Amino acid sequence: MTKIGYFPGCSLNGTAKEYDLSLQAIARIADIELVELDDWNCCGATAAHSLNSTLAVALPARNLAIAEKMGLDEILVPCAACFSRLAQARYEIKSDEKYRTKIPQLIEMEIKGTANPITVLDFLNKYALDKIKDKLYNKLNAKFACYYGCLLTRPEHLSTIERREDPLVMEKIIYLSGGMPIDWAFKVECCGAGLSVVRTDIVGKLCAKILDDAQSRGADAIIVACPMCHSNLDMRRNEINKNLSTDNEIPVVYITQIIGLALGIDPKKLGFDKHFVPTDKFLHKLQKQTVEV
Amino acid sequence: MARIGVFVCHCGENISSTVDCAKVAEIASNYPGVVYSIDYKYMCSDPGQNLIKEAIQKHKLTGVVVAACSPRMHEPTFRKATAEAGLNPFLCEMANLREHCSWVHFREDSTTEKAAELVRVLVEKVKHNEELFPIKVPITKTALVIGGGIGGIQAALDIANSGHKVIMVEKNPSIGGKMAQLSETFPTLDCSQCILTPRMVEVAQHPNITLYTYAEIESVDGFIGNFKVTIRQKAKSVDHKACTGCGLCIEKCPIKKIPDEFNAGLGNRAAIYVPFPQAVPNKPVIDRNNCTYFLKGKCGLCKKVCPADAIHYEQEDELIKVDVGAIVAATGFDIKHSDFFPEYGYGKYADVIDGLQFERLASASGPTLGVLKRPSDGKEPESIVFIACAGSRDPAKGIPYCSKICCMYTAKHAMLFKHKNHHGKATVFYMDIRAGGKMYDEFVRRAIEEDDVNYIRGRVSRIYEKNGKLIVCGVDTLLNSRPVEIEADMVVLATAAIANSDSEELAQKLHISYDPYHFFSEAHPKLRPVETNTAGIMLAGACQAPKDIPDTVSQASGTAAKVVALFSQDELTREPLIAYVNNNTCVGCFLCQSVCPYLAIEKEEIRRRDGTLVKTVAKINPGLCQGCGTCVALCRSKSIDIHGYTNRQIYAEVSALFNRREYAGV
Repeated sequence: MTKIGYFPGCSLNGTAKEYDLSLQAIARIADIELVELDDWNCCGATAAHSLNSTLAVALPARNLAIAEKMGLDEILVPCAACFSRLAQARYEIKSDEKYRTKIPQLIEMEIKGTANPITVLDFLNKYALDKIKDKLYNKLNAKFACYYGCLLTRPEHLSTIERREDPLVMEKIIYLSGGMPIDWAFKVECCGAGLSVVRTDIVGKLCAKILDDAQSRGADAIIVACPMCHSNLDMRRNEINKNLSTDNEIPVVYITQIIGLALGIDPKKLGFDKHFVPTDKFLHKLQKQTVEV
Repeated sequence: MARIGVFVCHCGENISSTVDCAKVAEIASNYPGVVYSIDYKYMCSDPGQNLIKEAIQKHKLTGVVVAACSPRMHEPTFRKATAEAGLNPFLCEMANLREHCSWVHFREDSTTEKAAELVRVLVEKVKHNEELFPIKVPITKTALVIGGGIGGIQAALDIANSGHKVIMVEKNPSIGGKMAQLSETFPTLDCSQCILTPRMVEVAQHPNITLYTYAEIESVDGFIGNFKVTIRQKAKSVDHKACTGCGLCIEKCPIKKIPDEFNAGLGNRAAIYVPFPQAVPNKPVIDRNNCTYFLKGKCGLCKKVCPADAIHYEQEDELIKVDVGAIVAATGFDIKHSDFFPEYGYGKYADVIDGLQFERLASASGPTLGVLKRPSDGKEPESIVFIACAGSRDPAKGIPYCSKICCMYTAKHAMLFKHKNHHGKATVFYMDIRAGGKMYDEFVRRAIEEDDVNYIRGRVSRIYEKNGKLIVCGVDTLLNSRPVEIEADMVVLATAAIANSDSEELAQKLHISYDPYHFFSEAHPKLRPVETNTAGIMLAGACQAPKDIPDTVSQASGTAAKVVALFSQDELTREPLIAYVNNNTCVGCFLCQSVCPYLAIEKEEIRRRDGTLVKTVAKINPGLCQGCGTCVALCRSKSIDIHGYTNRQIYAEVSALFNRREYAGV
């Protein structure tokens, strides 16, 4: 059984519970053990790196150090913001002498940078797809707009994605899982993530463009792999619709939820009832056949 | 008894800022054999050289050590000064205090100490130097020009007009290069083909020029004055002597949908083709990768219709060996294509095109006969967005350099569009406008002020298609830094100028160096911009770095002048730093022959007066030997040595290093 470290971060314990549920379900079917880091802490996303550059490295570095101590080479970090912070911390420790000496003193742990954070896309592509390909019971008879947002594709030195300006890896995963990805224009545009709380008007404007383009190209759902993207596109729908002539009702779902559907898992167990934008119409569209997991 | 003079140079502050030069001179004066030592601010200057000359005569020096920079630049200077004072120039050596000491260390006592040691090593070496005399080798007064673009054409014509023979090799079926593809040229807007084609014809008709088109360089051996080059003449499948150029074969060829390289993929050509109407030579070749006869063994239509019986399917590639004295690389450049700009939809949207494609659309000889029609549906665009620096100056894309030509041709493109469509909307997104050149900035101002082209300073983040329009999303960094969105019918990307895909391979064949972007390297970025580090091989045009036409032509003429200067001598003087064999000890094992990379070792029979053979020994061909020393290392009987770097000299240097203590404290 493959063992991979698992860093859920705050989102997957709260607002993105459905991401956690669906990811764990896939891992079970793929026979991969996700080992949650002992006593993990906040990755510091958004707050730390705008206040204190050392703290911004120290917080995620502690999580990396824990993984090293547990003997884990790879850590699955499903939240794109967490991934960005962990990967950045590893990058800083490997490339900057200053951090290499200072961070271990601060966190009172040894750290070499041997544990490598990976995104959910890396995880699906590298580990899960092969193991679940024979278990895809449901045809996903719908059109999907794959949305990457910013943190999976930027900055350049952290991104593991090819063709960062027009990536295709999510499309490939969806296609191999039996879905129909569409070509659209806004897959790496900004959703306004960092302004989600303070400037909902800007979030509304930016997300409106994204949703409008997806709808005009006939998407049945938007696929995301980041809780920040999800909350903006899903939760801020009232604000978004103010910028549109007609209300946009496209559901926004996690890539793991879609693969869960293809595997025939009960939508409730995948957390489809936890979205703000109702998903029942979309679920109706897909043929249903459930298996027990 | 040796009488050595030591001359320590400050190199302004380059050496003296970390090395105490006066101290070095003082220490050196105590070395055995040194009779004179002095330091001076600029030893390479005239007064500095005079110091050396006067000391040689006054102190009757038998050897000179100049402690200064790397010998690469100034060894010839100091050896010349030595010779002028009546001493054999090869009795002068240089200790490299700059690159090997002052530039790489801080100012400390040990830095000065190291400098003094470097001097001592050379003092010991020069004691064993011998008088040497230059070697003379004949020159083949024929130049090879690789590439038939404007750079190659200019160089070839200049050399040929000076009375020397030129062989031109062009890999495409016609000469003309990129310039033949252009519509108009900046900053005068004169027609590119109109000024180019007369020169192409001149090349073809010049009695001193032999032209090989559809040919490539197979291999290059030899050295300056005596290169041996093998040219691969690719099979044209058409006998150009018999062919009258009537064009019947092209008309009848059933395969007509091959993307036309000359029209940058915007038009089609047949499998048997002439690249463009003004091609030189204006006779067709068969593209065997696309010809039905070569793919399936059937068809043969062109052969049937040819009235001159010029089609020869059985023709094979031919290897032609030529001897040349100098080589000019003028292989030009390429532009970045396709998948490089996914954010701009280049390769995905038919109406997002590159600069070269725009040239073809605007050209009277192009696929639309000069009417600007967009590729997707043939409509005439009302709004065009031009994006400068598409890939250039973008380290994230791997191209940190400026492509140099784009600012100007983008202004030209916008202007041409406005001249063809007065009510059209032309927008240019730019980073900076780099219009350095005679009448260049005036040209850009004209585009902005007279032709009403809208210049927006900012980058474009994305282009996507919506309702048949291309939406260009960018930012205006001057007007309140606002994001802007512009609806366009067509987008032209000034994609980065890059080296040809095969330039690395060619550089290796020529033994010349190239930069990380595969552009060929000049010998010195300022003072030797047309020569390479390999003697006898010069550069012209954009194979060295992105260049516009005036710069290319200037460099080509400069290169031609260098070639003609080389050909003005009947013999070439070479440094005598080559291997030599001691016939008495050579046992004739010829291990040296098998390792010599320059094939410079021959066999020599030693006979008595009556003709009986004593033994066969190795003999160095002084014309071919490059003095690399591989044979010296291999020789089992220690019979080979190198002039200027004999084993004795090297041992003297090494043992000097082991005896350092005696002088270190002085």
